[in-house]
Amino acid sequence: MRVADKTIVSQSQEGVRVKKKIKGFLTNNMVTIMFLILGLLGFLIAGMSPFLFLMDIVTRVSRNSFLVLSLIIPVMAGMGLNFSIVLGAMAGQALLIFVTHWGITGLPGILLCMILVTPLSIFLGYLTGKLFNKAKGQEMIAGLILAFFAQGVYELIFLQLIGGVIPMDNRVLIMSSGVGVRTTVDLSFGLKYGLDWPGLTLGMPTLLRPTLPWVLSFFGVAGTGLLIFLYFSKKMVLSRLKLIAGIAALAAVLVFSINEMIVGSQVNLIRVPLLTWIVIAGLCFFIYFFSQTKLGQDMRSVGQDRHVAAVAGIQVDRVRIIAIMMSMVMASWGHIIFLQNMGAFSTYGSHEQIGLYSVAALLIGGATVTRATIGQALLGVFLFHTLFIVSPSAGRQLFGDAQVGEYFRVFVAYGVIGVTLAMHAWKKLLEASSRLEN
Amino acid sequence: MSEKNLLEMKGIGKTYFGTQVLKDINLGVKPGEIHGIVGENGAGKSTLMNILFGMSVIHSTGGYDGEILIDGQNVEIFSPLEAMELGIGMVHQEFMLLPSYTITENIKLNREELKPNVFSRLFGQNIKSLDFSSMNAQARRALDKLSISIEEYVTVAGLPVGYMQFTEIAREIDKSNLKLIVFDEPTAVLAESEASSLLEAMKSIAQQGIAILFITHRLDEVVEICHNITVLRDGQHVATKGRKATDVYELAELMVGRKVEKMTRQKKQVKKKESLLQIENLIVHMPGEEVKGVDLEVFQGEILGIGGLAGQGKVGIANGVMGLYPSKGKVLIGGELLKLNNPRVSMSKKLAYVSEDRRGVGLLMDSSLEMNIVINAIQNQNRFILKFGPFSLLNSRSIREHALKMIKELDIRCTGPAQVVKHLSGGNQQKVCIARALTMNPGILFVSEPTRGIDVGAKRLVLETLVQLNEEMGMTIIMTSSELGELRSITDRIAIVTGGKIAGILKPDDSDVDFGLLMSGQKSRKGA
Ligand SMILES: Nc1ncnc2c1ncn2[C@@H]1O[C@H](COP(=O)(O)OP(=O)(O)OP(=O)(O)O)[C@@H](O)[C@H]1O
Ligand SMILES: [Mg+2]
Repeated sequence: MRVADKTIVSQSQEGVRVKKKIKGFLTNNMVTIMFLILGLLGFLIAGMSPFLFLMDIVTRVSRNSFLVLSLIIPVMAGMGLNFSIVLGAMAGQALLIFVTHWGITGLPGILLCMILVTPLSIFLGYLTGKLFNKAKGQEMIAGLILAFFAQGVYELIFLQLIGGVIPMDNRVLIMSSGVGVRTTVDLSFGLKYGLDWPGLTLGMPTLLRPTLPWVLSFFGVAGTGLLIFLYFSKKMVLSRLKLIAGIAALAAVLVFSINEMIVGSQVNLIRVPLLTWIVIAGLCFFIYFFSQTKLGQDMRSVGQDRHVAAVAGIQVDRVRIIAIMMSMVMASWGHIIFLQNMGAFSTYGSHEQIGLYSVAALLIGGATVTRATIGQALLGVFLFHTLFIVSPSAGRQLFGDAQVGEYFRVFVAYGVIGVTLAMHAWKKLLEASSRLEN
Repeated sequence: MSEKNLLEMKGIGKTYFGTQVLKDINLGVKPGEIHGIVGENGAGKSTLMNILFGMSVIHSTGGYDGEILIDGQNVEIFSPLEAMELGIGMVHQEFMLLPSYTITENIKLNREELKPNVFSRLFGQNIKSLDFSSMNAQARRALDKLSISIEEYVTVAGLPVGYMQFTEIAREIDKSNLKLIVFDEPTAVLAESEASSLLEAMKSIAQQGIAILFITHRLDEVVEICHNITVLRDGQHVATKGRKATDVYELAELMVGRKVEKMTRQKKQVKKKESLLQIENLIVHMPGEEVKGVDLEVFQGEILGIGGLAGQGKVGIANGVMGLYPSKGKVLIGGELLKLNNPRVSMSKKLAYVSEDRRGVGLLMDSSLEMNIVINAIQNQNRFILKFGPFSLLNSRSIREHALKMIKELDIRCTGPAQVVKHLSGGNQQKVCIARALTMNPGILFVSEPTRGIDVGAKRLVLETLVQLNEEMGMTIIMTSSELGELRSITDRIAIVTGGKIAGILKPDDSDVDFGLLMSGQKSRKGA
């Protein structure tokens, strides 16, 4: 009577199952596959040089990944896509303004921002979590509306209070009337590249900035080692097919980068912001590690069924608040990383789109409202930005107007969110009706 | 056992939205005592237990009256967490499982084994890592105590209900500070053999000094293992009896308030044998209930019983024909080939199914009772609808009439057809499931375990309704049940399933010995 037995699966059923598996794979990853194709087509149409593309994508992926990763934990806790990360972004931005005002630059300045923003985001996360607990099941809409509300408060503080009630005497930052922060803040010669380029202010421009082929070769070798280790480890997490596919991909990367190094092509000019990558890798490791802890398990339990979790004695509301607090802190750090790379930002606008774009990137990677993984987040960032890079020139090639491509990518960002939310609602409906049939 | 009471409930009362569902209930349980609680569907048994376990339904609807004492101390229990801290465990009437977790994860839910790591030294208990190997070991031990052989690393989704039930029970007995366990109809979804191994486990738990509150509708179980039995009727305390001082018949009478007769059916004369449904070499891959090649012929207008021991595959047959589990083989309805693995096709062929897995499954919990009864007929048959050109409207008059008829026939205890299903007692929710299938007017009705979780009085009503549909509407009924007595009381023929195959077909009045031999698979061995 052992349930795991699969005694009667015959050959033909095996065939049907494989077919079903493939079909299931295609339908489940429809969005990702579509964007893969779109990105590839766009790249071919745009006729971009691989060098320019690589340079751009390395920058964009490095600056955006942290922010998108901050969305994963609330999904785990069953709270959907956390649009309230905009609040965290605002907090991060506020700290950038203050630290710029204090005149602390470079890596120490960035670290100071991150340390000081943490209690603020924990506080904001606490309030947001409280609000979400009052609106269970409606967290996404609540988050969107909260972001609008917070925008008002933010404007009040930075347009009316700073320079007035909150004294800040700074010609560069404050408007000429003496009240309110200017509409753009320039971080050059200050916090710009604080994390990406820590040697800049020390006169060591290549400190922690290896070239791309070196980093890729490192990944190729280390990745292959990891795969082989996983394959031979006791837990058998890796199938042989995956092992071979993984090693083949890594080998291709390795061959490419070694070739570039030998040829001495332009690609050797691309430098990787290693410290930023280490920070992102650290976050990935943390999220993975966290999902294996007691609190992580509680979040997944709450995410599956609040009622059952509560009956098992899990403090559902508390767990949900913690999830939002963690996400909020990560978002504020993520936004700081984002802006130190941009080098300048619009005081009253640059956080507005953060929620939307991050969510879109996550969804493009194949995540859903109820399931999101680290891999999906990273893949999503890559595909999303590929589209950003190629669409203007693809638009120019096709329609003679770069603006068309520009519109297209905005359209895509909103479109993918709309479609995913609709698909989520539809799936729920399907589930309900299939339950009826049984 | 002359010690002091471990638990005492005094003068407990509860009102839901103005309706008094419990009134002045008194109950005392000693350590090591198995205390039975019996009563009709809707008598208030689960409500009483929910009060004891601090469930939020109780406190969000105005709390309760009376007092609860544990070890002589007056306690107020506002949440399940507080109940657990007091050493109370509960197996709820509806499943409290997380389907995408493994059995281990469910058993150890919120009591996970932890091991420290670098970060937990900084951030405390909550950041400790899960120790899966010791969790698995403990889950294994709990399952072994119940003598369940299923692997602990299997995911719960898709398991047969019996295994789900044992997973819940294992979770409770795995708790270390346990003083009292509440079992709310644990045997309702179990086959007889599974139920008896559960009863054995309960006895040995009680011998360790743990008190047990046991709710069931199988009165023979109560008489078999309980030391004392409390009877509730319509929310009132009727009697508390020692086991020796009572018997099944008296309990039934106390519950229902009148004498309960056994169901017997006046069998009709032999019908013309016209074949309606032919099953050839049916294989169904249903974990725990594998069907390994069944050949069966069902005649027009008969009631066919399917019996057999748990795990032998009797449950899988109906599930396979209805397309709910992957299956292979040939099924002909009136000579026409049925496309397998597609529930929609099966429904359109006028097949209807009352699944054995009824607890909460398939009901729209937030909708009204009447809507739940007619929804399938509306969706699949366009009935109960008024057409005005391109517009269609629900025919609320006919829905109401039909619902009232069903409520009367199956004795669904409710405040009216508009009551929300969520607010019905567990047994009455099951009656709604049966009513919904009957409303489909199916040509062939599959019912699995139709009387599970239904009280003695109502049991008869359900069986009578089936017989009536069979005789008056000519409905062909295939009834799967693990209660042989029930099968023998209303069916025309009984197929016994052993080892995933039909071992033989008997008449209801064949001797017990014949049934026993077929079920244990001995006849086939002799033949071989
Ligand atoms: N959440 C609720 N809201 C309103 N009424 C409720 C609620 N839960 C139960 N009731 C009502 O309380 C009464 C007692 O229900 P309860 O679930 O305690 O019955 P039970 O004895 O457990 O029956 P069963 O044997 O069917 O499980 C029923 O009339 C039911 O309709
Ligand atoms: Mg009940």
